[in-house]
Amino acid sequence: MIPLSAYVAVSAILFMTGLIGVLIRRNFIIVLMCVEIMLNAANINLVAFSHYLESMAGQMAALFVIAIAAGEAAVGLAIIIVVFRGKIATNVDQINVLKW
Amino acid sequence: MVILFAYFATVSIVAGVMTVAFRNPVHCGLALLTLLLHVAGFFVLLNAEFLFAVQIIVYAGAILVLYLFVLMLLNLKTEEQYLHRKYAFLLFVGVGILGELLILMLQSPYGGMKGKASPQVVLETGPSHAVGITMFSDYLLLFEIVGVFLLGAIIGAIVLAKTPAVAEGKTES
Repeated sequence: MIPLSAYVAVSAILFMTGLIGVLIRRNFIIVLMCVEIMLNAANINLVAFSHYLESMAGQMAALFVIAIAAGEAAVGLAIIIVVFRGKIATNVDQINVLKW
Repeated sequence: MVILFAYFATVSIVAGVMTVAFRNPVHCGLALLTLLLHVAGFFVLLNAEFLFAVQIIVYAGAILVLYLFVLMLLNLKTEEQYLHRKYAFLLFVGVGILGELLILMLQSPYGGMKGKASPQVVLETGPSHAVGITMFSDYLLLFEIVGVFLLGAIIGAIVLAKTPAVAEGKTES
């Protein structure tokens, strides 16, 4: 039987990988992909606790996280297309039109 | 069981690191696909078969194809400097936080009140049945709200990505 801490450890490692990716990558699309990694890490955690505590609440939360991730991907990629059409490139550092 | 868990854990962590580290965005997308498929394997180990199917269909089938489609559409050039200028410092901070998180999480005792959905109860009717019954009884309001949210996201994406040439043509005529 695999202990719960093993799942939590894998989830923590994946979450920090995604967070480091958001911090160090400069390409906007890759930053969005790293956000997906973080959401997946949260999903592993939710489902693992749902299994070990014998409750369905965690699986429900994971389903809603997947739905939110779909919406986030659609809107984020639409924003990328708009930014790219304005010739501002897809580097996060160079997108500073809204900077005050 | 343990061998499967070790396989899924190793491959998903390696794929996550590759997603962050690869230079070419398409390679990053394929590494992300590997990660998503192996996270779906975790769901099977945890008796969440419905989530396994949703993960494969929605994440690997829909969301990742959307990413790859935009990558092909934009025709991105691979850049020389693809990492942030201060990436060494950020990496150090991230690994430090990760170490502290792991120490704290592995030391803490997990426990809590057990729910009603024990494996025997779930296996009587099947996992998908249990998910459906819970979703359309306790979580019905949340389900409807997520439906409205997805509709708003679709409308927002269409409005954002619409070509501005059409709007200009209307104002001219």
